[in-house]
Amino acid sequence: MAHGPSQNFFSRWLFSTNHKDIGTLYLWFSFAMFLLGGFFAMVIRAELFQPGMQLIKPEFFVQMTTMHGLVMVFGAIMPAFVGLANWMIPMMIGAPDMALPRMNNLSFWILPFAFAMLTSTLFMEGGGPNFGWTFYAPLSTTYAPDTVNYFIFGVHMMGASSIMGSINIIATVMNMRAPGMTYMKMPLFVWTWVITAFLLVAVMPVLAGAVTMMLMDINFGTSFFDAAGGGDPVLFQHVFWFFGHPEVYIIILPAFGVVSQIIPTFSRKPLFGYSSMVYATASIAFLSFIVWAHHMFTVGMPIAGELYFMYATMLIAVPTGVKVFNWITTMYKGALTFETPMLFSIAFVILFTFGGFTGVMLSIAAADTQYHDTYFVVAHFHYVMVAGAVFSGTAAVYYWLPKWCGRMYDETMGKVQFWIAFIAFNITFMPQHFLGLAGMPRRYSDYGLQFADWNMVSSIGAFLYGGAQLLFLYNVIRTIGWGKPIDDPQVWEGAEGLEWTVPTPAPFHTFSTPPVVK
Amino acid sequence: MSSEGSYYVPEQSKLPLAAATGMGVMGYGAASWVIDGGTSTIFLIGSLIMAVVMYRWWSLVIEENTQGIVSDQLKHSYVLGMYWFIFSELMFFVCFFGSLFYVRVLVGPWLDGEAAVGWFDDTATDAAIANATHLWPGYDATWPPLVTPDQVVTLAANPDATEFQFKGPEHAMSFPGWSFSQLLGWLPLWNTIVLLTSSGTVHIAHHALKEGNRKKFVTWLGLTVLLGVIFLFLQAEEYIHAYQELGLTLESGIYGTTFFLLTGFHGAHVTLGTIMLLIAFLRGAKGQFTHQDHFGFEMAAWYWHFVDVIWIGLFLIVYVLG
Repeated sequence: MAHGPSQNFFSRWLFSTNHKDIGTLYLWFSFAMFLLGGFFAMVIRAELFQPGMQLIKPEFFVQMTTMHGLVMVFGAIMPAFVGLANWMIPMMIGAPDMALPRMNNLSFWILPFAFAMLTSTLFMEGGGPNFGWTFYAPLSTTYAPDTVNYFIFGVHMMGASSIMGSINIIATVMNMRAPGMTYMKMPLFVWTWVITAFLLVAVMPVLAGAVTMMLMDINFGTSFFDAAGGGDPVLFQHVFWFFGHPEVYIIILPAFGVVSQIIPTFSRKPLFGYSSMVYATASIAFLSFIVWAHHMFTVGMPIAGELYFMYATMLIAVPTGVKVFNWITTMYKGALTFETPMLFSIAFVILFTFGGFTGVMLSIAAADTQYHDTYFVVAHFHYVMVAGAVFSGTAAVYYWLPKWCGRMYDETMGKVQFWIAFIAFNITFMPQHFLGLAGMPRRYSDYGLQFADWNMVSSIGAFLYGGAQLLFLYNVIRTIGWGKPIDDPQVWEGAEGLEWTVPTPAPFHTFSTPPVVK
Repeated sequence: MSSEGSYYVPEQSKLPLAAATGMGVMGYGAASWVIDGGTSTIFLIGSLIMAVVMYRWWSLVIEENTQGIVSDQLKHSYVLGMYWFIFSELMFFVCFFGSLFYVRVLVGPWLDGEAAVGWFDDTATDAAIANATHLWPGYDATWPPLVTPDQVVTLAANPDATEFQFKGPEHAMSFPGWSFSQLLGWLPLWNTIVLLTSSGTVHIAHHALKEGNRKKFVTWLGLTVLLGVIFLFLQAEEYIHAYQELGLTLESGIYGTTFFLLTGFHGAHVTLGTIMLLIAFLRGAKGQFTHQDHFGFEMAAWYWHFVDVIWIGLFLIVYVLG
C-alpha cells in the first residue's frame, strides 16, 4: 500500500497505520459515544421534566447520571480531541505520520472494547455503575454493585489507551517536526495538545492507582478507603481529584488550541500574543496539579488547606484571562466573517468565559459551602464542557472537514445548527444556575415543587440541543457523500499553516518528504 | 511504507487489533474472575492472546531493525516512548506513595481526635473531636499501627472478641535497630544490597557492550538477571514471613494495605524488568546487539534503574521510617 489506502474495507479500517484513518476512526467513535451519552442525558432530562417519578426508577436514574458523565468525558470528548490530534498534528508540523503508527491503532481499538464492557454493565445483574462519574468511595466500594469490577477494568483500559495515545503525540511533536519548525513556530493546536499529552501521561496512572485501590478494597480486604482499618474515604477523593482536576484541563486545553486556530483564520489576522498563549497554556497545566482539593471544600479540611486551595484556584483565572484577552484582541480590527466554525468559536469564547466566572465563584471556599453538589456546579461544568469542549470540537469538524474530504459542508445548515445549539444550550443550562442557587441538589431523580418551572425549561432546552446534534450528523454525512467538491488547498481565505499547503482533499500520505519551514 | 520518506511508516498490521482484543478479553476476564464465583479461564485466554501478540510484535520490531529500515529518527521515537512510559510508571508509584503519606501524616491523627493537621492552628477541629468521641473512642494513632480502629472499638464493647473486620498485625516490618546481628537477619536490607548491586552490574554490562566486549557484556548482564531473581526470591520469603510469623496480611488494616500494595507493585515491576533483562541477555548471547545499536538492552537497563530508584524510596519510607 505504498500510496493509497487498502482497497479492502475491513483491512483498511481494522489494521490501519495511517494517522488520517485512525483519526477518522476516533472521530466516528467519539460521535457514537456522544450520541449514547446524549441519549442518557435525554433520559435524565425526561425524568426531570416534572417533579415526581414518571419514567424510570431512582436506581436507574443514578446509573444514567453516572454513565452520562463517564461516556461523555472518556468516550466522547477525549477521543474527539485525540481524533483531531491524529488528523492534524502530523499535517501541522510537516510529519509523514504519527511517530508510532501501530501503537496509534492499538490506542484506538482499546476504546471500543472498554466501552462495550462498561456499557454492558447496564444489562447485568445489579445494573451499571451508580456512584456518580466521580465514583467516590464508599459508594463505589462498600455499596457498589458487583459490576463495579467491570467498570474498574474498563477504566484501566481507557487509561492504557490514553497513555499510549499521549506518548505517541509527545514523540511525534518532539521528534517529527519538519526542518525549521521550531517549538515556538508550532501552531497553537499542537502546543495545547503536547501539554495535554503531558498531563495525561502524568495523571492517568494516578487514576489507575485509584481504581486499583478500589479493586483491592472491594475484593481483597484492604482498607485504603475504610476508616475501620485505619484508612480514609477522603483519601479516595484526594487521589481522584489529583487525577480529576488535570483531567478537566485535558478536556479543555485542546479546545483552546482549536479556537486559537479558527479565530485568526476568520479574523484574517495572526493570533494576538502567540507566545503568551503558549506560556498561559503551560501555566494552566502547572496550576492544574496544585488545586485539586477545591472540589472538596465541604469534606473537611484544615483552614490552611481551604485557604491555599482557594487562592491557588483563583490564580488559574489569570492565565485563562490572558487567553480570552488574546482571542478578543485577535478579532479586534480584523476583517471578520462569520462562517459556522467562527460562530462556534465566538460562542466558545463567550460561554467559556461565563463558565470560567462561575468557576471563580465556586473557588471561594466559603461560598462553595452553598454551591457544593447543587445544580450550580452542574451548570458551571456544562458551560465549560459543552460550550467549551463540545462547541470547539464542532467548530473543528466544520473547519477541517473540507480539507479532510474535499467537499464543502452546507453553510446554511451549519448556521442553523449553530443557532439552535447556542440557544438551546443556554435554555438548558442557564436555568440550572438558578436551580442550584435555590438549593436543588444534583444527582437526584426528584425535586421539590419550587424547582418545577426551571426544570421544565431546562428539559425543553436539552431536547432541542439533542436535536441540533442530529442535524450536525446529517450535515457531516451529507458533506462527505454529496457536498460541493472543492480543490483549493487553502479552503479558507485567511487560513495559515502547513495543513493548508497540501492538496484538498488531503492525500492518504502527506509530507513523506518533510517540507522546509522558514 | 511510504517509499520517498526517510521515516518508516509501517504497513498495515493485524497486531494492534489483536492486542486490543487480548486486552479486552483480559479485562473482562479479570472482572468476572474477582466477582464471587468467577473463574480465571477467560482472563487466562486473554493473557495468552496478549503474550502471543507481544512476542510477535517485538519480534517484528527486532526484525525491522535487523533489516536496517529503522532510521535514527525512528529510534529516537522509541527512546522518547520509553522515557515517557517510565514517567507514567513513576506517577503510578507517586499515587501510592502519596496515599501512604496522607494516611500516615493526616488520617491517623484525625482518627484519634488530634487535629495535628492544621498549620495555623493545632487545636482539635470539631470533626476530629467527633471522630474520636463518637466513631473511634480509645483509638491511639501510631505508625506502624498494630491495632486498627475497628479492633479498638470492638474490643471496648467486648474484651473477648476475636473476630474483627480488620485485625492489626502482631508485628510490623520495620527497622530492627542498629545491632549487627539484627541487621544481618533483616531481609529488606539484603534486598537493598541485591538491587543496588544489580544496578551496578547492569551498568558494567552496558559499558562492556559499548566497548564491544560481548563476553563481558553477557556475563555481567546474566549476573544482573540472577540478582533480579534473587531479589524476587527474597521478596517471596519476606511475604511468607509476614503472613506466617508477623500476622501481617493484606487484611491487617492500613499498614498491611500500604505495605503490600507498595512492595507488591514494586515486585511486579521487578518481575517485568527481570524478564526484559532476560530477553536482552538471550539476544545478547545470540550477538544481536552491536556497540552502537542496542536500544533493546538500553530500554531494559533504564527500566531497571527506575525500579531501583523506586526501591530506594520504598526502603527509606516503608521500611526504615516504617
